[in-house]
Formats: sequence, structure tokens, C-alpha cells
Amino acid sequence: MIASSKKAFEEILRMLEGHERIFIIGCGDCATQCQTGGEVEVEEMKQQLEDAGKTVTGTAVPDVTCNVLDTARVLRQQKEAVEQTDAFLVLSCGTGVQSVADSQESKPVFPGVNSLFSAITKRKGQVYERCVCCSDCVVGDYAGICPMARCPKGQLHGPCGGYDEGKCEVNPEQDCVWALIIERATKTGQLEQVLEHMGSQGAKNWQADTHPGELVFEPRRAGKL
Amino acid sequence: MPVGMREAIDSGQFIITGEVAPPKGCHLEHMVEEAEFYRGRVAGINVTDIQSSVMRASSLVGCLKLKEAGLPPVLQMVCRDRNRLALQSELLSACALGITDVLCLTGDYTTLGDHPQAKPVFDLDSVSLLKAARRLMEGRDMAYYKNARTGEIVDGEALDGAPPSFCLGCVVNPGAVPMEPQIYKLLKKIEAGAEFCQTQAVYDPALFEEFMTRLGDVPIPILAGIVVLKSPMMAKYMNANVAGVKVPDWMIAELEDKETRVAKSIEMHAKLVQDLKPMCQGVHMMPLGWDKHVPAILDLAGL
Repeated sequence: MIASSKKAFEEILRMLEGHERIFIIGCGDCATQCQTGGEVEVEEMKQQLEDAGKTVTGTAVPDVTCNVLDTARVLRQQKEAVEQTDAFLVLSCGTGVQSVADSQESKPVFPGVNSLFSAITKRKGQVYERCVCCSDCVVGDYAGICPMARCPKGQLHGPCGGYDEGKCEVNPEQDCVWALIIERATKTGQLEQVLEHMGSQGAKNWQADTHPGELVFEPRRAGKL
Repeated sequence: MPVGMREAIDSGQFIITGEVAPPKGCHLEHMVEEAEFYRGRVAGINVTDIQSSVMRASSLVGCLKLKEAGLPPVLQMVCRDRNRLALQSELLSACALGITDVLCLTGDYTTLGDHPQAKPVFDLDSVSLLKAARRLMEGRDMAYYKNARTGEIVDGEALDGAPPSFCLGCVVNPGAVPMEPQIYKLLKKIEAGAEFCQTQAVYDPALFEEFMTRLGDVPIPILAGIVVLKSPMMAKYMNANVAGVKVPDWMIAELEDKETRVAKSIEMHAKLVQDLKPMCQGVHMMPLGWDKHVPAILDLAGL
């Protein structure tokens, strides 16, 4: 999922300056899991905005806000409220914000949260970055652990000299990913291969990661494999 | 002492190197004055590259100033601030200036310095930088692209004229816990073309001996790092903040008395150099401003 954190309310108010009638949109997926844009947070935001003197014209929490068609459909169901709206405040990752902008051509959209990273959830409230979507997955060479995502320097040839007792110099609360890679590779019997292949792919190919990314394909038709 | 890393390595003698840092400013005279203390005593003088991620004048310009003064510079290059285009370009530029001793490092992370909001680059790391420099020495660069006309993959463009010649160095932290990953990485660096290795500060000869034993025979000289302790405060700071560095209590105690501090420091570090000498092929002096005391340390150590 995409991890997110709430923006400060003062920043939200500054963005919304000059816009009085606000429609709030959350997201039933990642932002709900991160407790930044679920039903509860949308309701809290409604209260806060009203306390600040804004009018909330409506709220919605689409299942997956980054799905443009679904989100547009949800907003069509609240056509009247949307018509009376000056601006949308979207409590989802940046893709959700732009998904709303895609279907709402004539109205401003503003983000209410910050997108953080592509994450795994270990348990509720424990969300960790594991992938930087580099477009050229290398975890197979590192015992299933990504050094691009988990080493601040994204090194491919092993650790720097800054780790201490297996902890990272940049954030001593976090494990040095190289200690984890070696530990896991030892358990999986891959240590020799890891040491041999470590960095053998050469310098990282960043051309594959040129933005904006685009993936266009022929969708499989329903009922057909 | 032979001058230049290649000559020093080929001589088979015990190698001594020093280190200076360019200032946060455009006047490098003081840096050159500090380097003067090394004249005739060292094979090379490292010029740090925006060390600790604290903004300052560049290593290349510092090296040029040393070269103009007739001192042997070692260009430190980190991967934090430049991508592969800029790093290769700087390697060529250095060679054009006659600066061919190069220490390749990954570099400290940006958030540890005084511009924590800067974008970290790390396009290459120490190993891929060594490989890139090696490739330049073979007369080709890291270019890798598909030729639009022929559809063929171009793997390395030829350099104009005779290729550069570098003597490449690397670093290791012998005190890092666990030790094994440091050894794995150092072997990668040697495989990538490092010809000498300078270590992080060492204060515990027994720990260093363990490191050298576990490392085993390697074909390049290992230069033990000597960071000259100037005060108990500095020693305590290093213990708290520098990974893998443990200054023993007795050394800190020796520095307590302000009156005798300089003499004690010289004595302690000379002893340290003597203790380390049988285990390694050289020492890398990092006096952090106390450059003027390095000759006394070396004299007392019999070097």
C-alpha cells in the first residue's frame, strides 16, 4: 500500500483560503489502513472545517480512490452536493488527489495528507517501506530483501562503514539492511550466492525509472484466461 | 618516503598518508599550511570531499592547491553529491590536472551534515565508482545505451587520446559490529580495482589484529587509520557518534590534564602506531587540525 500521514490542519486551511464550500473525499484502501483518510478521519476533518467556519457540502470514501472511474461514479451519486462545491479536499495519497482532479475538471483539488512510501503492514499501526518501485527488481539477488528501499544510500555492493551493532547510522532505530540480508541469506542457505551476485548487475539502471511511468496493456476480457 | 601512492606501494615500504580538509570558504591557504607539516613524511595527503556532509570547498581544488605547493594530493571522491556523469567527468578532470591518486568512497549520508534537506544522489557506490575509474583506465567510460540507428547496445564509449592512469584507494571500518560485512565489502572493492585501503580510526590493536586475521591475505596494503585525539571531550564524542570507534578509557584519562595534553597525545599515538605497525602496511594520519603534531608522532614512532 501507499503509506500516508496527515498534513497539519493549518496547512490545509492555508490551501483552502478563498474556498468556502468544501467536499471531503477519503479512500477506503491505503488511507483507511493508515488512519489518515478513512470514514473516521473524513468525519473528523468535516468537524474541524466546520469549526473553522467552512461549509462541508458532502463527504465520500470511495473503495479505492486512485481508481478514476469508480471515484467519478461515487461523485456522480452526489451530483447536487458536488455542484455546490468550491473545492475538494482529498484525504488519500497523491494518486487519489489526482484521480479526483481527473474527473472534476472545473473544480480545484487539494491534498489533506502526505504520501510517504510503498509499504508493508506488519500489524495494525506498523507500516514499513519495502519497495521504491525502481522498475528493475533486484531482491532476488539479496535474499528477498531490497537494499534500494532499506539502505538510505541504496547501495548494491554491501554496507558502508557506518552501521553499529547492526543498526543504521542514518537512523539508529532501524536495522542495517545488510545485516538483515546476511542474516536471512544464512538462514535460507543463499549466503554464498548473495555474496557472489551482490552488485553483479552493475550500476543501477535509472533509465527504467524515468517519470512519468506509464503502463498500458490490453485488459484480459472477463471469463477468458 | 616515496612520493605518490603508486611509488609508495611499489617500494614495498611502510606507507604513511595524511589528511587535510578544505574550508567552508574560498581561502585555502590555511589548508595548504597544515599540509606543509607532511612534507617529506608522507606518500600522499587526502583532501576530503565535503566530509560529514558539511558544505565546503571541493576536494579537487584542494588537491590542485597541494599540487601547486609541491605536495602529493589524494583526491577523495564520494558518491553522495554527483551522478555517474559528474563522477567520471571529475576523474578525467583530475587526471588532466595531474591528480591521479584517488580514494573512492560512498560518502556520509546527507542528513548527518549541515544541509540535511539536500537531495542525496548515490547513483554509484564505492564499488561501482572504483569500477568506473578502472574502466576509464582501460580507455572507455560507463556509457550504456541503445544506438538509435543500428539498434545495437553501446557498452562503453572510447575516450579521446591516451587513457588516464589512477592509483585507486578505498576504505574499511575494522571496528564495525558485525565485522563480516565489512570484510565482504572490502573484498568487493579489491576485486573492483582498489590498490590501497585506509581504515577508519583504530584505537584497539587487539581488535585490529582480529580484523586483519579474519581478512586474511589481501594483495593490497592496509593503512591503519589514526585519528589524533585532542581532548577527552573529542574522544567521548567519537565513542558516542562514530560507528565502530571505541576509544579506551585509559586514553581518555591521559588527556585530562590540559598542561600535558599535547605531549601525552603525541606519546599515545606514537605508541599506537608502533603497536599497529607489525600488523599492517601503513598508517593513515587524520589529525583533524593537529597536523603540526604529526611529525612529532612519526618521529617518536620511529618512522
